[in-house]
Amino acid sequence: MKNLFIAFVVFTLALLAFSTYQALFVAPTEQTMGEVQRIFYYHVPSAWTAGVCFFVNFLASVAYLWKRNLASDGVAAASAEVGVTFCTIVLITGPIWARPVWGIWWTWDARLTTTLVLWLIYVSYLVLRRFSAGGQTQVLAAALAIFGFVDVPIVYMSIRWFRTQHPSPVMGGGENSGLDPAMLHAFFWNLAAFTCVGIVLMVVRYRLQMLEEKVEATHAAAALQGGSR
Amino acid sequence: MTTIGVTRTTLLKDLRMEWRSKDAINSMLFFALLVVVIFSFAFNPTAEESRRIAGGLIWVAFLFAAVVALNQTWARELRNQVLDAYRVSPAPPNALFLAKAIGNFFFVVVLEALMAPLFVVFYDLRSVGPVWQLIVVALLGTWALVVNGTFFAALSIRTRSREIMLPLILFPISIPALLAMVDATTSILTGEASPDFWIKMLAVYDVVFTAVCLLLFESVLNAE
Repeated sequence: MKNLFIAFVVFTLALLAFSTYQALFVAPTEQTMGEVQRIFYYHVPSAWTAGVCFFVNFLASVAYLWKRNLASDGVAAASAEVGVTFCTIVLITGPIWARPVWGIWWTWDARLTTTLVLWLIYVSYLVLRRFSAGGQTQVLAAALAIFGFVDVPIVYMSIRWFRTQHPSPVMGGGENSGLDPAMLHAFFWNLAAFTCVGIVLMVVRYRLQMLEEKVEATHAAAALQGGSR
Repeated sequence: MTTIGVTRTTLLKDLRMEWRSKDAINSMLFFALLVVVIFSFAFNPTAEESRRIAGGLIWVAFLFAAVVALNQTWARELRNQVLDAYRVSPAPPNALFLAKAIGNFFFVVVLEALMAPLFVVFYDLRSVGPVWQLIVVALLGTWALVVNGTFFAALSIRTRSREIMLPLILFPISIPALLAMVDATTSILTGEASPDFWIKMLAVYDVVFTAVCLLLFESVLNAE
């Protein structure tokens, strides 16, 4: 099992190197936006990976409330942290691209705002995990995860309506319409690579979580026996 | 005992305690009053401007004030292990939740009714659209805040630094509800747009999250 994981890590690193080469050297330079468009190969795959992580987090939270096993909770904790990391990358790379192309760092358009709210919800989830005590953390976190997941489509709906009533953002922002085949090629390589990086990080974080649980349980058992050192 | 019976008993107990102490309503009222005064200094609006920003001001003030009351919801049940006693009793958990949510709803609605004239006086508000729609928005919006707030108060009561925890988890989830309340209120006050979509949106939000709360409350109450 451990060898398999190491093999997967090596594979992921190779894939990441190849996809980076594809994105930076092979894919043609965009005509109007220029080199800055290449950030798209990192921005969109990060968003996708964050989405996958949050979906995994929801499934693991439901599974925890149903089965009450620590493994599900470990998956939930790992996926939320990795998801927030990728979501942060999305929120940082977005403005870097928007500044030269749109002329502004940020606009309160539906997709941007929804991503920001998503990020806020899962950061609050991580804060709750950190601040809740002992054996209650898992249930409380799982409950909040379900609230967060249910909230996301409502957020998107409401913000889209909010924005369609007001002037639309500086540019339509239809970045995906009619991509060059070479670009699409590079894009899919990066999508695959980022998904694999997400999986690697989740597995590592999951193991760490399980180890932490074990350490805590050992400490608790030692304290019960009065053998504190 | 049936769900309705337990709900009624708990609700009446909470209302009676509040009637005698007036803890929640007094602290909420004073807090909301402070927010109104501070906003007035911060933005110094004219009558025309204030109609545009009033939707935001009113709801931010009520949201902050509601947190004050919500934080006290479960605190009194911790004393003398009332919550533990409730957990071992055969009473349905959702009855307790509903009683607390309805109680908070009642407190916040009373607060809004008392504060509304003050907003009118301080910000020189006159509604261009129909006033009854404001009442619908207020009732739906208050339930949206209070149902999630009561649930999250039950979550945060079990954490360290519980007072600060509630807004941290309540505000992100409440963003769509707040957006709907503010935009509906502004639409009605300025009479420039129809608030229908936002009212429907609030109704959907209320139904969805009331269902989620009722579904999950038992797990949270019994969390060990």
